[in-house]
Amino acid sequence: MAILETSNLVKTFGGLTAVSKFDIYLNEGELIGLIGPNGAGKTTAFNMLTGVYRPSSGSIKLMGESIVGQKPYEITQKGIARTFQNIRLFKDLTVVDNVKIAYHQNVKYGVATGILQTKQYVDEEAEIQQKAVALLKIFNLDHKKNELSKNLPYGEQRRLEIARALATNPKVLLLDEPAAGMNPQETHDLMEMIRWIRDQFKLTILLIEHDMSLVMNVCERIYVLDYGKIIAHGCPEDIRTNPKVIEAYLGEEVDLSAEN
Amino acid sequence: MNKKKLIFITGAVAVGVVVQLLISSGVINPYFAQILTLMSMYAILATSLNLINGITGQFSLGHAGFMALGGYFSAILTTKLALPLPNFLMFPLSLLFGGLVAAAAGFLVGLPTLRLRGDYLAIATLGLGEIIRVMFVNWKYVGAAAGMKGIPGYTNFLWTYVIAVFSILIIVNFIKSSHGRACISIREDEIAAETMGINTTKYKVMAFVIGAFFAGVAGGIFGHLIRLLHPNSFTFMVSVEILLMVVLGGLGSITGSIAAAVFLTGLTEALRQFSDLRMIIYSLMLIVIMLFRPQGLLGTREFSLDMFSKFTKKAEKAER
Repeated sequence: MAILETSNLVKTFGGLTAVSKFDIYLNEGELIGLIGPNGAGKTTAFNMLTGVYRPSSGSIKLMGESIVGQKPYEITQKGIARTFQNIRLFKDLTVVDNVKIAYHQNVKYGVATGILQTKQYVDEEAEIQQKAVALLKIFNLDHKKNELSKNLPYGEQRRLEIARALATNPKVLLLDEPAAGMNPQETHDLMEMIRWIRDQFKLTILLIEHDMSLVMNVCERIYVLDYGKIIAHGCPEDIRTNPKVIEAYLGEEVDLSAEN
Repeated sequence: MNKKKLIFITGAVAVGVVVQLLISSGVINPYFAQILTLMSMYAILATSLNLINGITGQFSLGHAGFMALGGYFSAILTTKLALPLPNFLMFPLSLLFGGLVAAAAGFLVGLPTLRLRGDYLAIATLGLGEIIRVMFVNWKYVGAAAGMKGIPGYTNFLWTYVIAVFSILIIVNFIKSSHGRACISIREDEIAAETMGINTTKYKVMAFVIGAFFAGVAGGIFGHLIRLLHPNSFTFMVSVEILLMVVLGGLGSITGSIAAAVFLTGLTEALRQFSDLRMIIYSLMLIVIMLFRPQGLLGTREFSLDMFSKFTKKAEKAER
């Protein structure tokens, strides 16, 4: 059964139809790519899935339950986490605080308990700290836990953003161009990491990406979006040879034989 | 953690006891005692505004309005409805009442206005402060434009100091809790905060309500200190004065707010004979801070004992 499924999703801005007939499904544990040329509507689709935009029509179902019209924080609490194309860390906070904020939705103590600093507060705070550090350790960031996140190098900021998204305990993780601005070596490491995260955290991942090698190598299925419509869907091999995709996205300049 | 808390509490108690003893024995004359009382009151106002402006990052200019609400409503309780209660019960009760009225107003106003961002919120809260003031100008029951007279002078240094210490403790503990972190995340990046599962509207309103509550309490202290409430005591300039304390101390730094509140209250008194120059000096100070230290004296950091130990460590290294 599909964990996340959209049908006939449409988003119009005034007279402009940014996304139409957006039908995708994500089965549990899959790693799916969403590609398309600039302005194809990929990020708009992401914003609908995460509640930033309300779809003009159509449905989004997370584990069979409609999430259309819910606020972004409600959707996060239901189990969809995301990262951003342009990194959005809490820049002036420490690395560990960035992660601790993501644990907030699971905090049980109330405001009064927090003010009185009872035993429940102390215990829960200690637990959050411990969990956050453990998560940072997985991403090899624990030795920098008390540094301000804006002082991290670019690659580590990307890693921290993914770690922070995972701290919300998602079922589905949406990554918006995680390899943007990375060199080939970093992209390669990222690929490994994404696959590893999926297995380790038993996630379903939807990935927007421009970097062809990343998408082709790591994704099990790929959707291709052009002018707001899904024009192709299938395994990387099919996408690679699909004439529509080549026309819309890859063009003649991409040397396909070099990829193989 | 616990050691720090212990140091803070002993320090706070020691300062309170010593100053109170000096006042009782007459070493500190009533004039200075009143200045110390005002300093404590402004510390409450500055920290509570810092919770809204500095911690949660919502630019509010309506603090004088909440102060007025608290001041008038607590005075109504002590002056108009003279309940048969001893003073030591009546006063805190009236302050609590004033704070709750201000908090309720903060909730009602916060829900719609906190959807606005930046400049728009500043303008909306500025308007709110003026609406509250004009309401008191026209409300005959509390003396309208002539002001409300005959308020009992319950406020003294000890009361104000103790309430200030507790207010600051509550605000600091709130900030340190996960709920406070949620507020800080809104300041840092509202969109990212929402994506982390934080109900941003809820926490903005929460910070606004807590801030309004303590502004109301401070208003009650003010009314029972001056013993006369006049709508002109709560003009827009009062909000600006409190804001200046927050900006001077550093948006997001509670210790900075307290230090700035003490410093600026002292400065106001020192410059009383040059009252025309006062606002010029204030403005110049603000310009200089914005030019050379836009994050305020302490930025978002807190003044702590660790700072000393870091400083001494650095000095030790330098010596080697």
